[in-house]
Amino acid sequence: MSNMTHVPAAGGLQAEPIRRTIRSEALRRMRRHWQLYILILLPLLYFILFKYVPILGVQIAFKDLSPKQGIWGSPWVGFKHFEAFFNHPNFWILIKNTLFLSLYTLAIGFPAPILLALMINELKNGLFKRTVQMVTYAPYFISTVVMVSMILLFLAPRIGVIDYIRTALGLESVNYIGDASMFKTIFVLSDVWQYMGYSAIIYIAALAGVNPQLYEASKLDGASRLQKIIHIDLPSIMPIMVLLLVLNMGQLLNIGFEKVYLLQNPLNTSSSEIISTYVYKVGLVQANYSFSAAVGLFNSLINLMLILLANFGARRATGSGLF
Amino acid sequence: MMAKSNVIKEPLSDKILLTFIYVILFAILIVVLYPLIYIVSSSFSSPQAVVAGRVWLFPVELSLKGYTAVLSNPRIWSGYYNSIFYMCAGTLISVFLTFALAYPLSKRTFYGRSLIMYLIIVTMIFSGGLIPYYLTVKSLGLIDTRWALLLPQAIAVWQVFIAKTFFQETIPEELNEAADIDGCSDLRFLWSIVLPLSKPVVAVLALMYAVTAWNAYFDALIFLKNVNLYPLQLILREILIQNSVDNSMMVDVRTMEARQGMKDLLKFSLIVVSSLPVLIIYPFVQKHFVKGVMIGSLKG
Repeated sequence: MSNMTHVPAAGGLQAEPIRRTIRSEALRRMRRHWQLYILILLPLLYFILFKYVPILGVQIAFKDLSPKQGIWGSPWVGFKHFEAFFNHPNFWILIKNTLFLSLYTLAIGFPAPILLALMINELKNGLFKRTVQMVTYAPYFISTVVMVSMILLFLAPRIGVIDYIRTALGLESVNYIGDASMFKTIFVLSDVWQYMGYSAIIYIAALAGVNPQLYEASKLDGASRLQKIIHIDLPSIMPIMVLLLVLNMGQLLNIGFEKVYLLQNPLNTSSSEIISTYVYKVGLVQANYSFSAAVGLFNSLINLMLILLANFGARRATGSGLF
Repeated sequence: MMAKSNVIKEPLSDKILLTFIYVILFAILIVVLYPLIYIVSSSFSSPQAVVAGRVWLFPVELSLKGYTAVLSNPRIWSGYYNSIFYMCAGTLISVFLTFALAYPLSKRTFYGRSLIMYLIIVTMIFSGGLIPYYLTVKSLGLIDTRWALLLPQAIAVWQVFIAKTFFQETIPEELNEAADIDGCSDLRFLWSIVLPLSKPVVAVLALMYAVTAWNAYFDALIFLKNVNLYPLQLILREILIQNSVDNSMMVDVRTMEARQGMKDLLKFSLIVVSSLPVLIIYPFVQKHFVKGVMIGSLKG
């Protein structure tokens, strides 16, 4: 793996012959780091218990879970639950809502921090720049519950700020929260509001690392500010953009349960019911474990495919992917 | 930039672009800042002013009624207490586990390192989903115990990468080898050399885990039935979103309208009270967060 290991080890190990097979080399290194293996035991146990045991647990998607026999003892039923899901009247609505919501979020939420970072990068270091950064990061720290309650308060037909502006302009008041067609826009815009500044940090950091000589050279060549942004700044953050895009693609169907669930109300479910909220309601609220595990597994598999596809695309396009 | 000899004058188009950028950023500043100011101002106003919509920038008819109502509710106190416990205990556990995983992985001489890395990355791109997760935690007997909020999400893979990158960059392998020759054990090296050098990364990890723990509600929603164990966020959800305000907070409020005003005011005050811990540490957090995001993303 590395050639840094040809250092005489302490104690009796020095007596070992110079010629080492790979196995004895491995053993030697393991013996040398035995304390680290003990250290790593607990975190590994964590991954086994809370990550890999659930992965083995996906088998209940192919079984009828009976509480008596548990996950391993329950009878196999093949693809029954998957078929039931594909034939479910809500199947296409769920897929459509989930995909549409995440694509919408990606389309607005992905470029917004990039633009913000490019603009902040144009500012001279000073009070204004620091203020913009400090203020735009702040909403990241607001919890989802508080964020949603802020949305509800601001959009409320009675006390909401938006409503006052409308009535002041002589327009009738609108119940945005009860309007299914507004749900996705509310979700996306509030997401941009909350995460734009935080997501921009990465890009700002990358921009700060650009070689200043490039700027000087471009200045001497008479490049305008805009040309400088397009030909120096953008290419220099490209690798990170690709990386984050790949990551985001992989999460396409994984769009956050927390916020959607809290924003849901009986009036907007036709537009706001997505796979993750459906899995929660059917699985944990109605205790229909096997069926909703099948829905969840379907979701995970699509995600896996998407991330592999995005990674492949990124490799083809830029020569570097995530893995 | 400000070279003595060949200063190049900025063309007009550049000035226009820069002005445009200033205008946009100023607008963004206001859009982000205004809701925050509005909430704080409303929370210090009187219920009548809130319900009549007379607050738009500064507090109107300064009053602390919202806060007295919030602080007189025992459930909010219990939620606060629980959340502080989950935040502190959870952060300790998380930082320890992350450290214990990231440090061995940062050593090139650690045999099995790439296999473990591979196993960890797999969990990033594939998971069993909600139901197997729930059933696993249930079978471990953690449902309705405080452990359910401390253990299942204890390690965030991203933080492991941050810590691992940090160790690789700051602690030279040669130093460890030298210590090795001198007969210093790995744990002793970790304790007396690595740990003192790792203060910045410990700060980053602790802050990230603490903020996540304070703001989380999902695991509490699915794992806890016992109201006494509820973290603040779940209680906030009931009051802020499900709109259920119990009558203990409504002392001497008689008319319907006053009731409604009190309810709204309560929400503003509650938002401020619940965000207080994060707000207080924010100025310290900000610097470290930026650092953390940078270490994690650029090299991880």
